[in-house]
Parts: sequence; structure tokens; C-alpha cells
Amino acid sequence: MERVEFISEEAIVNEDGTRTETMMLNMGPQHPATHGVLRIVLHLDGEIVVKAVPYIGYLHRGIEKLCEHITYQQCIPYTDRMDYIASICSNIGYILAVEKLLGIEDEIPERAKIAEVILFELGRIESHLIGIGTHALDLGAMSAFLYCFKERERIYDILETVCGARLTTSYPRVGGLPLDLPENFEEIVRNFLKIFPKTLSEVESLLTRNRIWIERTKGVAVISAEDAVDLGLTGPALRGSGVPYDVRKATPYLGYENYDFEVPVAYEGDAYSRYLCRVEEMHQSLKIIQQAIDNLPDGPYIADLPDIVLPEKELTYTKMESLIRHFVIVYEGFKPPAGEIQHAVENPKGELSYYLISDGSGIPYRMRVRGPSFVNLQALSQMVEGSLVADVIASIGSLDIVLGEIDR
Amino acid sequence: MSVDLEPVIDSLKNEFPQDILNIKEYRGETTLLVSKEQISKICAYLKDELNFTFLADLTAVDYLEVKSPRYEVVYHIHRFGPECEENIRIRLKAELSEDDIKIDSVTPVWSGADWLEREVYDMFGIEFTGHPDLRRILMPEDYGPFPLRKDFDVRNREASKRSFEKALEEGAD
Repeated sequence: MERVEFISEEAIVNEDGTRTETMMLNMGPQHPATHGVLRIVLHLDGEIVVKAVPYIGYLHRGIEKLCEHITYQQCIPYTDRMDYIASICSNIGYILAVEKLLGIEDEIPERAKIAEVILFELGRIESHLIGIGTHALDLGAMSAFLYCFKERERIYDILETVCGARLTTSYPRVGGLPLDLPENFEEIVRNFLKIFPKTLSEVESLLTRNRIWIERTKGVAVISAEDAVDLGLTGPALRGSGVPYDVRKATPYLGYENYDFEVPVAYEGDAYSRYLCRVEEMHQSLKIIQQAIDNLPDGPYIADLPDIVLPEKELTYTKMESLIRHFVIVYEGFKPPAGEIQHAVENPKGELSYYLISDGSGIPYRMRVRGPSFVNLQALSQMVEGSLVADVIASIGSLDIVLGEIDR
Repeated sequence: MSVDLEPVIDSLKNEFPQDILNIKEYRGETTLLVSKEQISKICAYLKDELNFTFLADLTAVDYLEVKSPRYEVVYHIHRFGPECEENIRIRLKAELSEDDIKIDSVTPVWSGADWLEREVYDMFGIEFTGHPDLRRILMPEDYGPFPLRKDFDVRNREASKRSFEKALEEGAD
């Protein structure tokens, strides 16, 4: 890392010998409002930001490199550790990419697909709750944060019932679900659908027309539609600028074309627009979950593909062939044909895509993750230059980044 | 090949007859191998004339001992139209040999390529000529080797140790 000199070279020496210069202020990497380990070097003229240079990489674990040494199934837990706020969404995105690489999309049972849609949308709600809650907390609104975190806890409870883990889910498997959904799954999801709209409207009533909230977010961190597309922004950051691009509509996966939902768009391109998009997206996610849970069929939860899917545990104890199959899949992994694919999903924060290259062995030759937060964070400098220092916090919050995925 | 993509490829072939080296189809995705000298012109043409406004991803792959030339820079480009009524994805590839790992930057075409190219430089050591600010992005500035190269030794901790010790020394001043 280069050394940052705290006295600018471009100082102007006045007639009386005093100097006029911009001040450098180091923000982060340990700063509660940077949502992780983000460091920004701010060049200030009084309270106005002249230049902002983000530094990232403090959480770099080399996930792409690690995945070049392990089998396709073993990569799943690493995908949790990227966007750890909605880890189930990164899991499902990865699973779908591997299924595309194997060419088995059509073999996945309906029950698994619909369960994945439900979990994906719960992940979206969870991520938006944290996004809005912490954004509000950064700007001083404590109560909205508490409401959001209370609801998020309910989603964690659902995830815990389904897969035993709350944060790092590692849930689906290539081919479907590792275990059937718990018996009370439908009941707890329906219960959530009943309770959540009330809290959501409470959060909305705390913020949407709150004068302080509006003044802190309206007209702040503005980015035009052209700039947003040019910078490659996706997710609420793009839709808040009036571009209705959503991967779920553009290239539907998991049968999203069968669900009736809208893509919310706001046109101002400021932090408030992005907030509105997120709130409306939660409403739309509820709509999707409602349709999905109504259509959740019984039947198999994992595809019948002996070369790819592990045999049932019971059979590995009693049958020789199953035991052999189990060993082969665990030790060598399944072997996708040589080739390369890219698969994109609409993560809560934007387009998450995996680019997988197979050389015909059980280990990915290359796994590339295009994380939405990484690309979205590029817009930060443009958003904050010329604004007040206090608006830097509002800008970071409104971008809703997660450093685990930026640094990978 | 999808119906939408045919006119795109035809007009690319017309405009750059010498530079579209290979077209591949796999699992419904189209990959164009293009010559690396023309990459920024092809990208600018795709963006300005054919309306591919969105650079979805930019990355590289190291094919050490698999094929020659060794590196490939991969561009995922996307067109969704002004009202997002279209959905056309295309993948461009440019090959780079080991002794000349330089390619033109596409940051002037899409400003979103800035950090993506910095990441490729950081991980593979591929230089992007014309990039406004080519510095390492994820690894420490003084970290020597390039981690995503296939000949990178994962067990060798020397480089990390060096930058860590240097940081400690600097902190002590």
C-alpha cells in the first residue's frame, strides 16, 4: 500500500506565508459505517469532498484461487463467505452455474426449484433489511434498525429450521436439496408471510416520510442512468437510476418467468430512490414467496443422477455399490465435460455471476466470481465528490455493499 | 446461436473481417475469439454502433501448459436495450502470449472496466495500456507474485511475510 502523505503537494502559498491546501482524511478500514473493512482516503476542502479514493482488499482470502484446488461440491461453503449477509443467494447462484455447466438444468425436480426460489427471496428480504437497517443506523435512526433486525431474526430461524445453519448456510447441492424440507416448512413460511408485512409497513412509516431521513438521503449520492450503466452498476443501485434491468426478468432462472412480480424502478438516482427500490423489492419478494409456497409440490427433492448426486446415507451403510459411488463422488468429484459457462443471478445487491471453466476433471479449472458489490463500489468516488463529508456515510449505506464479496 | 445474435456477429464480421478469429457455441453461449490488437476498437464498435452498453464482467484465464498463447482475457458484454426489452449476451476473448502480456484497456469504452482491469492486473500481471490508474487492488501494493497464475506457489508464504514485515516497520516509524 502506498504511503498517504497528509500534506498535499498542491498547496498554494499565500502572500503572508500561510498555505491553502486540501486536507486528507483517512476513513476506515475500522469504521463502523463502512460496513466492513473499507478504507477511503478523502481529500477535503473544508467540509466538501474534493476526491475520494477507496482502498479494498483487507478481507481478501483468495476464494477464486482456493476453488481451483477443490472439487465442485467443496466450493459451496466458500460461496457463503462472500456475500455473508445473504449467503443462501450466493449458494444458489453457484449451484445453478454448476448445473448449467453439467447441462442438467432440466433434471432438477420442481420441489427443489420452488424451495430455492423461496429461500432466494427470503435471502433478498434479509439483505435488504440489513441494508436499510444499517443505512438508517448510520444516519442516526436507531429504531428502524431494531425493527429490521427483529425480522431478520425470523428469516434466520427459517433458515435454521431448513438447513441447520443461520449465517453460513451452504444449503443446496448440485441437483437439488441435500435433505427434504422440514415438515413445518410451509407453516413457518406462511407465518412469516403473515407477520412480516406489518413490520415492513412499520419500517416504512418510520422512514419513508420521515423528514430527517428524506433530507439526509434525497439528492445525495446521485448517479445518472447513463453513468450507472457505464459503470456497470446492477441491482437497486441501477434501478434507483431508472434502468429496469433485473436478471430475473432478463434471463429467468429457477422458473422466475412463471411468477407474477414487478421490477421496481425509481428515477431520481439518489440514495432515497435506492431506498424506495429496496422497500418495494421486499414487497415483490413477498409476492413471489406467496406464489411459490402455494405451488410447492410434493415429490423428489433431488435429481436422480447417480454420477453427480450422493446416494442416500442409509444406502451407503448397507449397499456396496452406494458406498463406492459415495467415495467416488466425494474423492474425485463429478466431472463436467470440458467447456465454459457463465451464469448470472439477481443477488439482492445486483448481478452475481459465476464464470466456470471445466477441463473435464473433478476440479474447476477456473472459477471467477463477478460480485455486484465490487463493481457497484466503483461508483462511490463519483457519488461523493463535491458533497459533504457526512454524505459519504449516506452514500456507502445506500450502495449497500458487503466487503466479503468485494474482497473475496 | 440465438437469432438476436446473428446480425451482431454479421456486422462485426463486416467491420473487422480479419480480426474475428473463431466463433464457438457452448450451452447456448457464444464466444468470439478476437485479435488482441483490435480489442478496444471492437469493444468501442460494439458499444457505440451495436448498443452493447453494459460490460458484465472482465477477467482472465491462465492456460499454463494447456495451450499456447498462455493467457486469455475474457469480456462478458451485455445488451439490454433502453427499456430492458432485449437480452443479448456475448463473450469476447483475446489471447495473450507469455512474452507480451499487454493489451489495450477498455476503460475508455466502459468506465466500469476500471476496477475489473485492475483486478486482472493484480491477479495475473496482465498490463492494460491506456488504463488511467493501473495499481494492485486486492493484494498489497508491494506484493510481488501474481496469485491467480497457475505457477503461483500457494504454500510459499515469503511474499506475504515480506509485505507484512514492511507494514510493521512502517507502522513503527
